[in-house]
Amino acid sequence: MREILEQISIWAVPVLLVGIPLIGIIKKVKVYDVFIDGAKEGFGVAVQIIPFLVGILVAIGMFRGSGAMDLMLDALRPLLVYTGFPPEMLPLGILRTLTGSGSLAYTTDLIKTHGPDSLLARMAATMYGSSETTFFVIAVYFGAVSVKRTRHAVPAALIGDVVAAIAAVAICVWMF
Amino acid sequence: MLNYIWFGLMAIALVVAAFNGTAEAVTKGAVDSATTAVEIAIGLVGIMTLWLGIMRVAEAAGLVTLLGRLLRPALRFLFPEVPADHPANGAIVMSIAANMLGLNNAATPLGIKAMEELQSLNPRKDTASNPMVTFMTLNTSGVQLIPSTMLGVLAAAGAANPTAIISTALVATFVGTVAAVLSAKVLQRFYPEGE
Repeated sequence: MREILEQISIWAVPVLLVGIPLIGIIKKVKVYDVFIDGAKEGFGVAVQIIPFLVGILVAIGMFRGSGAMDLMLDALRPLLVYTGFPPEMLPLGILRTLTGSGSLAYTTDLIKTHGPDSLLARMAATMYGSSETTFFVIAVYFGAVSVKRTRHAVPAALIGDVVAAIAAVAICVWMF
Repeated sequence: MLNYIWFGLMAIALVVAAFNGTAEAVTKGAVDSATTAVEIAIGLVGIMTLWLGIMRVAEAAGLVTLLGRLLRPALRFLFPEVPADHPANGAIVMSIAANMLGLNNAATPLGIKAMEELQSLNPRKDTASNPMVTFMTLNTSGVQLIPSTMLGVLAAAGAANPTAIISTALVATFVGTVAAVLSAKVLQRFYPEGE
């Protein structure tokens, strides 16, 4: 199963890049002209994301730089010990929604410190692999269409992240 | 909500900096992050251009409509507001498929394309519509089948069996995605589209 999925992942892009125009040619579409027409929008869309991304990443960068992130985690630690949620996993859960590079560095560090076959390493890897950098995704996707009022996007996404994080810890305790 | 989170993060940073004496680190965090944000956006230009072009070809060939029609039952449940024959359906399917396969270079441009299609149906251009938020939660919960980054990190650290996390990550992703989509569906009633 895993082999099949990996092969699909490797071949998907080249096959699509040839397959889509191929079907276009069969349907008598002027594929190159149409491609150029659609591709023209690429630059504008990427540039449109800039203000949204700068806004979100700067706020997160300031928060991390000040040491507020560490303070918040220290404050929450006793609460976690009480609930049985591994304290090392909370920073990861929070980092994961805020920064891609930060959460990757934290996970890699955790895996090195505790050994790659430890329960904590597997929990961390599971948590990292089961989520996305929520605020980044929100900034990029809403930025691309200039949506400023995001309504329930942030709370709904964060509920999903919290549930995924708890599920990651629970499933690892149960499996390993 | 984003207004308060955004301001809150910066305000807390300033207060903490006053106690910790980390004002310089806060400045550095702000300046570095601004630079990184632009680098990320500019880094998207190439793949955005490529995939928007290919998607236009797929549309002209009728593939986007076809894809949307094939997955209509699932799409009707998730995005009841999107008309059955609208190109948004196909764009959503393409983007989710790229996400599942972990094709990061294709997933973001295709996701943005889907957002643009949803925006064309949106009566209030500065406000997220219900289908936009539902689609967003599918993306923030990261529906990846093989967590390839983590497999790489575990293997590099010398794990005996790095693939053990595939099944656990899959379960956690699935549970998180269901929770996110259900929350979006429930919460949309409490956040009216117009004000």
